[in-house]
Amino acid sequence: MKPSEVEASASRGAAPALREAGGPGSDDGQSAVAANPLEIRRLCKSYTRGKPVLKEIDLAIEGRGITVIIGPSGTGKSTLIRCINRLVEPTSGEILFEGRDVVQLGRADLRHVRRRIGMVFQEYNLVERLSVIENLLCGRLGYVSPWRAWLRRFPQADIDRAFGLLEAVGLADLAYQRADSLSGGQRQRVGIARAVMQSPRLLLADEPTSSLDPKTSVEIMELMTALAGELQIPVIVNIHDVVLGRRFADRVIGMSDGRIVYDGPPDDLTDDHLNTIYGGDGWL
Amino acid sequence: MALTSAAQGGKSRRNPFPASWPARLGWALVLIYVVYASSTLDVSWDRFIAGLGYGGEFLGRMVPPNFSRWKLLLEGLLESLEIAVIASTMGILLSLPIGFLAARNMMPAWISWMARAVIAICRSFHPVIVAILFVKAVGFGALAGILALVVASVGFIAKLFAEAVEEISLKQVEAVRASGATFANVIIYGVLPQVLSRFIGFSTYQLDSNLRNSTMVGIVGAGGIGGTLFAAFQRFDYDFVSAILISIIAVIMLGEYISGHARRVFE
Repeated sequence: MKPSEVEASASRGAAPALREAGGPGSDDGQSAVAANPLEIRRLCKSYTRGKPVLKEIDLAIEGRGITVIIGPSGTGKSTLIRCINRLVEPTSGEILFEGRDVVQLGRADLRHVRRRIGMVFQEYNLVERLSVIENLLCGRLGYVSPWRAWLRRFPQADIDRAFGLLEAVGLADLAYQRADSLSGGQRQRVGIARAVMQSPRLLLADEPTSSLDPKTSVEIMELMTALAGELQIPVIVNIHDVVLGRRFADRVIGMSDGRIVYDGPPDDLTDDHLNTIYGGDGWL
Repeated sequence: MALTSAAQGGKSRRNPFPASWPARLGWALVLIYVVYASSTLDVSWDRFIAGLGYGGEFLGRMVPPNFSRWKLLLEGLLESLEIAVIASTMGILLSLPIGFLAARNMMPAWISWMARAVIAICRSFHPVIVAILFVKAVGFGALAGILALVVASVGFIAKLFAEAVEEISLKQVEAVRASGATFANVIIYGVLPQVLSRFIGFSTYQLDSNLRNSTMVGIVGAGGIGGTLFAAFQRFDYDFVSAILISIIAVIMLGEYISGHARRVFE
């Protein structure tokens, strides 16, 4: 592919090599019991006793589509997303991912669940001193023994897929660059590609565009939604930018003070709702 | 408006660099103590002048350097070099796990405290004292020197490595963890890349100082050129002493050159 074509295909999100390795049901052998891939029941989290950040969150995510979570800073959006793959330990409640309660899992089982949940971060969280292609392969670390990881001996299928995916996100010629030499937009593309490398069954994105300019933000959202569409998986995105969130959302969750105060399609979201979520209307 | 008018408000009596009386008092106390200590130790100007005389005579007997016993010299130097290289290699290999275990952000407190205790013990004594202990424990010769310098290397590299690990960005680690990687893989991909270049820096520095220390542990019988140097001192063979010292300087400079390049190769 020539660079111009790569750019074009990246913005359209065409990713031919997406669904090869791994894929649904490649591990665990546990099939879904609950109807939805993700169901959150009465989830509470408090970092300090008596000051809950999340208050009895109930949320079910269907098999497809973009769910956008909006809400003021400090209202627990990030905590909610991080509870799902237990980067943050929930205080109480259930999180059923493909029928298993993530909250109760032991270390090995938790790792197996994390392998199937891709995550995109606000500050990209690439390993700065590794090359772009090594960062992509980080997405396969859940499947590779330490010995092979140390020697950089990934399965050929993973390597081929990483290069294919890099082409799909339009960064093919940066494969051997160190991650810290990339621009913000390029880094986030790598971050998304790394998450997709996991062949995830769910994609979480914690403020994926907050560090980016408006144009790049749109490109990143386009890329992420296109790739998730290819994989046919649901996406949960935290976002500050209400306009951007609405534009890409199939469903909007409004949070305020640790509770869900709006849950519905983006078109039904009115200024009244936004007042409830963010409080006051001077900013509108 | 209020902000700009304050900035233009003419002369202000506020001094941005206020005098610190505790600091001034501290300096004065240090000065007083130095004067007092010199008087108790009989460090006087006359004593210094007399010392200069002896020094001149000593230097005179050191020239010209006498390289006639070059075989003995070379043998000692090679032994020192071997001690330094073996001790550095073993020290580096040991420092990696010990330093890692000592990092408080990676390990539970009881493990990191134990590792920290090991490091603290390694750092407690000067290499010469450690060398004396090992000479008593395992006998005269290079083995004692190697063990002494391994201890010194662990004390230095492991401590700084642990600090480097404690300063890493946890965001990068979090991202690797989120992919479902095992603990070992998180270390290999999330932690090590962030600290490897500093680890190499510490290691080459320690190789450098092991080269210097390896010429010294011989003085207490732990092998290397130091033993030869000490014997030459005791027999007042000052011309041979200067030959040894010149050779040591040459080796150290060569070592610095090589470790500088080694750093580039390994990074």
